[in-house]
Amino acid sequence: MVADLVFYIFSAITVAAAIGVIASRNQVHSVLFLILAFFNVAGLFVLLEAEFLAAILVIVYMGAVAVLFLFVVMMLNVDFEELRKGAVEHLPMGLFIGALILVEFGFILSGIHVEGHAHQAANISNTQLIGQVLFTKFLLPFEVASLILLVALIGAVVLTYRRRKDVKRQDISAQIARRREDAVELVKVASGQGAKP
Amino acid sequence: MSLNHFLLLSAMLFTIGIVGIFLNRRNMIIILMSIELILLAVNINFVAFSHYLGDVSGQIFTFFVLTVAAAEAAIGLAILVAFFRNRATIDVEEIDTLKG
Repeated sequence: MVADLVFYIFSAITVAAAIGVIASRNQVHSVLFLILAFFNVAGLFVLLEAEFLAAILVIVYMGAVAVLFLFVVMMLNVDFEELRKGAVEHLPMGLFIGALILVEFGFILSGIHVEGHAHQAANISNTQLIGQVLFTKFLLPFEVASLILLVALIGAVVLTYRRRKDVKRQDISAQIARRREDAVELVKVASGQGAKP
Repeated sequence: MSLNHFLLLSAMLFTIGIVGIFLNRRNMIIILMSIELILLAVNINFVAFSHYLGDVSGQIFTFFVLTVAAAEAAIGLAILVAFFRNRATIDVEEIDTLKG
């Protein structure tokens, strides 16, 4: 089956890229591996007939979030080798807990049996189906999600905004609040005396 | 290619994310990326169940997880940048002084 082959290729690359994210020495490589993992998962979503989410994953995750990570990694001047010190002594503990979680997942998976798969209505596209459900049944969560994004937007700006004292800047409200009486004065000067301050 | 294949893949991704947090305990950027991996694993689970059970609600939930993950990444990186500006490090073990 072609679909099986595609699944195995995509999932193998995904797992390899995920290992690359946590294990590579160079931070920029980590971010690029993250982008690779996202791309392959988008391929898997297409395989699962979730085309809209695949597109969203490529646009939002690879286009925005991963690039945000890339900006931060390149902007911060950090000695990453220094931060990696002591990683090896945490490795056994991490592998132990990882193995434990994987075994537990295995137990859970062995109990799940879903036969075949139910087909969606054939004459309606995935995007249309999501739209129909999202804007009716899930309207309130949708609005709350937009609110969360607004809060994140304002929060990110507030957190990173830095008011610099050493830079001259235009104070528009002070300019608008200026009145004629404060600025100009009409003085009658007697001839031959000159204007007195 | 059955549901269990996808669940196993997502379990592996989740585990890699957890191990990544342990392995890079001091580097906050890698920890944030590991959290992204974990959320990606959750999303695979949702979409796989949505496909095999024929219910679109799983995909809707993935949509919301993506939204919250994007907000979380933006806020996390903003905190990271603000912290780096003040302390010139992103070492998690240094982030323990919550004085103004």
